[in-house]
Amino acid sequence: MARLSRDEVAKVARLARIELDEVELERFTDQLAQVLEHAADLEALDLAGVAPTAHPHGLVNVVRDDEVRASLDRAEVLAQAPDVAEDRFAVPRIIGEAP
Amino acid sequence: MNALEVAASVRAGATSAVAVVAESLERVAARNEELNVFVHLDAEGALAAAARVDERVATGEAMPLAGVPVALKDNLCVRGQPTTAGSRILAGWRPPYDATVVERLAAAGAVALGKVNMDEFAMGSSTETSAYGPTRNPLDPTRVPGGSSGGSAAAVAAGMVPVALGSDTGGSIRQPAALCGLVGVKPTYGLVSRYGLIAFASSLDQIGPFAATVAEAALVLQVIAGHDPLDTTSLPEPAPELSAHLDDGVAGRRVGLCRELVEGAEPEVVASVHRAAEVLAGAGATVEEVSIPELKLGLSAYYLIAPAEASSNLARYDGVRYGLRVDGADVEAMNVATRTVGFGDEVKRRVMLGTYALSAGYYDAYYGQALKVRTRMIEAFARAYARVDTLLGATAPSVAFALGAKTKDPLAMYLSDVFTIPTNLAGEAAVSVPFGTGEAGLPIGVQLLGPARSEARLLAAARVLEAEAGR
Repeated sequence: MARLSRDEVAKVARLARIELDEVELERFTDQLAQVLEHAADLEALDLAGVAPTAHPHGLVNVVRDDEVRASLDRAEVLAQAPDVAEDRFAVPRIIGEAP
Repeated sequence: MNALEVAASVRAGATSAVAVVAESLERVAARNEELNVFVHLDAEGALAAAARVDERVATGEAMPLAGVPVALKDNLCVRGQPTTAGSRILAGWRPPYDATVVERLAAAGAVALGKVNMDEFAMGSSTETSAYGPTRNPLDPTRVPGGSSGGSAAAVAAGMVPVALGSDTGGSIRQPAALCGLVGVKPTYGLVSRYGLIAFASSLDQIGPFAATVAEAALVLQVIAGHDPLDTTSLPEPAPELSAHLDDGVAGRRVGLCRELVEGAEPEVVASVHRAAEVLAGAGATVEEVSIPELKLGLSAYYLIAPAEASSNLARYDGVRYGLRVDGADVEAMNVATRTVGFGDEVKRRVMLGTYALSAGYYDAYYGQALKVRTRMIEAFARAYARVDTLLGATAPSVAFALGAKTKDPLAMYLSDVFTIPTNLAGEAAVSVPFGTGEAGLPIGVQLLGPARSEARLLAAARVLEAEAGR
């Protein structure tokens, strides 16, 4: 596989909601390319027909009876939020319309 | 300060939990500035909790960890106490609930002194990626304590507390235990509830103990293990009996000295592992050399799988519900500004690596391929465990390295975990026990690995090595 490019790293940073300056972009591109080159030993393997393992013991759904139970204290949770309005988490404008 | 002796003494009324905790706090005060171990110390709360333990002792309650001071890795939630996971993005956050392990320790009479330093979101092998500065190794403050649970290891090695909890995603308990001369246990996946553990890579993370001796580590693990309905990955059974099997020995056990788990280690480390094999053989085990070539693929698979899971787990740090918010013109600009300021370089690297490995066009080549390698590794371990019941190898390739030695070269840092990663990928159990010394008289850790639920057997083998080393 071709060596990781600066443009690809810039795209990945955008997807991950991280802003990089030019110096960081250069440095991260080199470092990430090095890790991916190390991972080249995996690419070379013929693993056709091998089932993937996403989880060591397999995962099964765990359900409980649908009954009302005590939950986290709303005031305690909201006290940790950066901004709150009317007992809800408040965020800046999401779409470009007048308030 | 030995946890078993402390608990026995407090239970018998020979000493009080308040006196024990006060002494522990003095030891913290003596070296915390130099070593940067505790990032949040709750002296007042700890003394109040100790007083409540003394009241419980007075009513005749027999607590296994009565009055034992503990340190908690800063990715374990304690209600109302600052919990940062070593990150600026969680500065000042106070969780609205306790982790299950925190509740279980308190129920057993242990007293948490506070939160100890770690690599940011447990991403690192030296505790140098913490937003709160590096922790220093108490045995040689010019060197790292290992990581990511370096604060937990340093707290015990400096004698501040007899036991501590850490988390192990790719070696983050065993490697710092080795570098600080301690016993560290990475339990079977699902043995210990992760409710209240800040997630790094959810298919790999496990909580486990640090202690100076095998008996102390076994007792703490027994206290925190066992089914928890609040963690859907929790194994359905109660905690295993561990303390009762410590002196089972290794007679009749089949031990495999694993070539891939020593290859590339420093000569003194290799020599320690071979010497451990001789000691186990002398105690009645049969020892044979085994080779599991698939283990060599572990590092590459791990550094695709763990970042992929982390990129998803860390998406929640968006400045909306808790932690840092850096303002922006609209919600996306706020998200970007918050994450750009809030995350350190190592976290950014791994989140980007994971995002890349999961992205369209690369998913099959990287993440998908890594998951298949994981299957191959689990099958290879199973074949080995059909022949031997315990594997023996090194925990880390070297003794504790100098601060700053690997911070400029992420791949060199990642190689610190080469011997510990396979156990996490397989969801199995492993113990690191100090055995021998290397460069500058620094401790070497030997690693014992077994299949799922083999903790009692691994701890008994570790006890044989510990006894040989005169502890």
